[in-house]
Amino acid sequence: MSHIDPILLALLIPAVGALAIGIAGRINDNLRETVTLVTAGLLAYNVWGIAPEVLAGGRPGLKLFDVVPGLEIAFNIEPLGMMFACLASGLWIINSIYSIGYMRGNKEKHQTRFYIFFAVALTATMGIAFAGNLFTLFLFYEALTLSTYPLVSHKGDEKTVRSARVYLGILLATSIGLLLPAIIWTYSLAGSGDFVLGGILEGHVSGPTIGLLLGLFVFGIGKGAMMPIHRWLPAAMVAPTPVSALLHAVAVVKAGVFAITKVIVYIFGVDFLFAEPSSGWLLYAASFTIIGASLVALQQTNLKRMLAYSTIAQLSYVIMAASILKPLAEVGAAVHIVAHAFGKITLFFAAGAIYVASHKTELPQLAGIGRRMPWTMTAFTIGALSMIGVPPTGGFVSKWYILAGAFQSDNYVAITTIILSTILNAAYFLPIVYMAWFAREPEQDRVEHGEAPLPAVIALTITAALTILFFLFNAPVLELERQIVEIPQ
Amino acid sequence: MSSWTPHLPALQVVVPLMTAPLVVLMGDRRLAWAMTTAASLCALAIAIALVGEVGEQGTMVYEMGSWAPPYGIALGVDAMSALLLLVVAGASTLGLLAAATSVSTEVEHQRQPHFYAAWLLALAGLSGILVTADAFNIFVFMEISSLSAYILIAGGPDRRALPAVFKYLAMGTIGATFYLIGVGLVYMMTGTLNLADMEQRLADVGDAEPILVAAGFITVGLALKAAIFPLHAWLPNAYTYAPNVVTVFLAACATKISIYVLIRFDFFVFQANLTEHDWQFSYFLMPLAVLGILIASAVAIFESNLKRLLAWSSVAQIGYIILGASLISVTGLTASMLHMFNHSIAKGTAFLALTCLALSISRLELKNIGGIAKQMPWTMAAFVVGGLSLIGVPGTAGFISKWYLISAALEMGDLALPLVAVILIGSVMAVIYVWRVVETAYFAKGTGVVAGDTIREAPLAILLPTWIAVLLNIWFGLAPSLPVELSGNAAELLMGHLR
Repeated sequence: MSHIDPILLALLIPAVGALAIGIAGRINDNLRETVTLVTAGLLAYNVWGIAPEVLAGGRPGLKLFDVVPGLEIAFNIEPLGMMFACLASGLWIINSIYSIGYMRGNKEKHQTRFYIFFAVALTATMGIAFAGNLFTLFLFYEALTLSTYPLVSHKGDEKTVRSARVYLGILLATSIGLLLPAIIWTYSLAGSGDFVLGGILEGHVSGPTIGLLLGLFVFGIGKGAMMPIHRWLPAAMVAPTPVSALLHAVAVVKAGVFAITKVIVYIFGVDFLFAEPSSGWLLYAASFTIIGASLVALQQTNLKRMLAYSTIAQLSYVIMAASILKPLAEVGAAVHIVAHAFGKITLFFAAGAIYVASHKTELPQLAGIGRRMPWTMTAFTIGALSMIGVPPTGGFVSKWYILAGAFQSDNYVAITTIILSTILNAAYFLPIVYMAWFAREPEQDRVEHGEAPLPAVIALTITAALTILFFLFNAPVLELERQIVEIPQ
Repeated sequence: MSSWTPHLPALQVVVPLMTAPLVVLMGDRRLAWAMTTAASLCALAIAIALVGEVGEQGTMVYEMGSWAPPYGIALGVDAMSALLLLVVAGASTLGLLAAATSVSTEVEHQRQPHFYAAWLLALAGLSGILVTADAFNIFVFMEISSLSAYILIAGGPDRRALPAVFKYLAMGTIGATFYLIGVGLVYMMTGTLNLADMEQRLADVGDAEPILVAAGFITVGLALKAAIFPLHAWLPNAYTYAPNVVTVFLAACATKISIYVLIRFDFFVFQANLTEHDWQFSYFLMPLAVLGILIASAVAIFESNLKRLLAWSSVAQIGYIILGASLISVTGLTASMLHMFNHSIAKGTAFLALTCLALSISRLELKNIGGIAKQMPWTMAAFVVGGLSLIGVPGTAGFISKWYLISAALEMGDLALPLVAVILIGSVMAVIYVWRVVETAYFAKGTGVVAGDTIREAPLAILLPTWIAVLLNIWFGLAPSLPVELSGNAAELLMGHLR
């Protein structure tokens, strides 16, 4: 296996895995789940195997072929993509364990289809992470949208299909309507769409056009869920919780902010954008989304919808951090992708575990649930603290760097936004934590239940542990991401 | 080079033309089908060989009976005609492969030999338009192909095909007559029918007014035949009520041949000889293209008959082809040529999938296909790929032409923004009309199945050509160098005539 390029292997493993899952699904459920886990394990082993080389300053690349002259399918691993791929592939293992508990515990139908499209979505995610130019990125971006559609519409009833239509409609319309012209524009301006540190647009475009092009990119990458194109994310919550957990807290949404960050760092170039006043709107738009989404989250009574709005706010943290356009803030943006992933996947795992064990979905129902599901609610608490940014959780680390970056450029808009949103985050998470542990269980709809199925509990315990461990051991990630702001040797 | 090679342009027409009467003589429908398919495969082989030759030696000229033009009739094959010969022969072959399973459900057994003969005549006529270099020959072949197309469309069991065909006949005849009037005017002024000769002699003609009138007649006449909005009225019903395989064949190539003549005539003859003609050409066709894209897509969104939905989509896609040409730039014409090729693959795939569906469902209405993907997974998967290609999702053929079209629009300065917006709005509308079908087939409950229909997956014999078309969509989406190169050469050739 070693003579095949590891980048190609990262695409092939989940793709072949999807086929194998389809075949295994016809034979036996246990076999199917085993194939999923083996595929996830192999993928993570392969992807993590590339990391040391990138950490040492290597930039492995792979050119597949030219679609038309100048438009090639090529991959090039840089620190940001490396981190994203490690994150997605690693969490896929944990998520697969969780899926087994959730899907079986809920007696969901079409489980084989579910696992197949999950593997296809991971193929697309790997493609996005390793893409070496805008065209390749776009190819896999669309593949990710299409492959997650059957996962969102999994349940198949009318309400679900309607939500899935919103999901697909917004993501396809923005990508075709805004992102595609932005990409073609970039190709025609700069003559290429390769990701080059420092950007490729400098000298090819000037003035307010830059702000317009940036807008096409940021709103075209709908997966970043900037307001007002965020509505697909709450709509996607009709999916089974493992989908919400891995895809709509990690792979899909992070693919969005990852792509935006990548465009800022590698297409525009941080310094080039910083010198251009017409790009300044992005900071305000991101700040608006953070505050707006937090206010909406405050009013939600459904747990998963609240988490979705919290995700929208947290995604804009990454965009805002990237748009501060200072080295430390770019590091903060990258680190926040990781920190938020651990915290939010834990929260979704907990939400799903509560649903499997008690079929509760609304916030008021959660009173006193901590005593019935201590493991789950401990994990939930850790995840919530990470969202607020309280030490010792991962959320603190990224917030620290974003704030440091904001102070580097005396960016008071960013600083105020961070302070305000921290208060808001606390305002919608802490009451739930308090209620779950200290309130009395309501008498009328009391259901006797215990913890969720064991695989689910194992999975959420691991991610909660990761949230704390990331606070203590984040050196490799920081070291990796410092490379995107300093020219590597 | 074998001794046959120089004769290939003539053989491209002669083979189907001569096979047609033989097919009628074969009483047996299976034999008739086999001969027709063999002739079509032969035509495809010739087209592929011609593409190779054109790639090597550029334009091929063939003098019929060794009489030199302008006295004799000349045939000429260049990059532009070679590309479309591939489309015509390919669409005919895939349609015929599907016909083996599908035609017997729609055409009576004893009439099938005649049906296949008409098919071959249509193939001969369409190929003839592409290989000839003579304006009057184009008219003759156009009539051959149109008359046989009327027969093919009316050949199905649906009586509503008759008024549809009558409409097509009336409008097609008007279109052809307009074309003939235009050619007559040019002939009057130059005394020649050879296109290349026309271009040269027109330079000496002092009075430009009759030529301008001729250009008007030819453009409008061909726009009628090409179903350019708002002259598209014949198209939706003709496509809807024709036998399914006929729709596959005609939707993939018939209108594109008229667009080919329109573009060729205009660039080869008129652009060099009329002052400000580029301006006239652009400003006549561009608004029609834009309106066609927007309005026809909107109608497709609200259409519930599946064949008519795709037919309206065709009207919109014709708009893209015309839009590319109306930009009068190398990139624009490349996009236009490329979209002719790619759209025929995408639409062919979608109609082939509908042909498979029609084997199980007697009425191709949206409400009758609820949840059908479960019983017919291969058919619906094929439709999804064809649909994605129509939308222009990367990885499919449709994306490549969209890419070129948007690149061409971006070169347009002030017009860039509105044109790009139109192309993208059209694409988003395509998402809606394609996804309505996909969503119903995959996620709606199976409620509206018509009594008497038993739904099962289509047989392998018809799934095979359908999936060949599916793979072509993906192949030309990832490795489109062949059509891109031919389109690029064709565009250079056309622009070379501009003065």
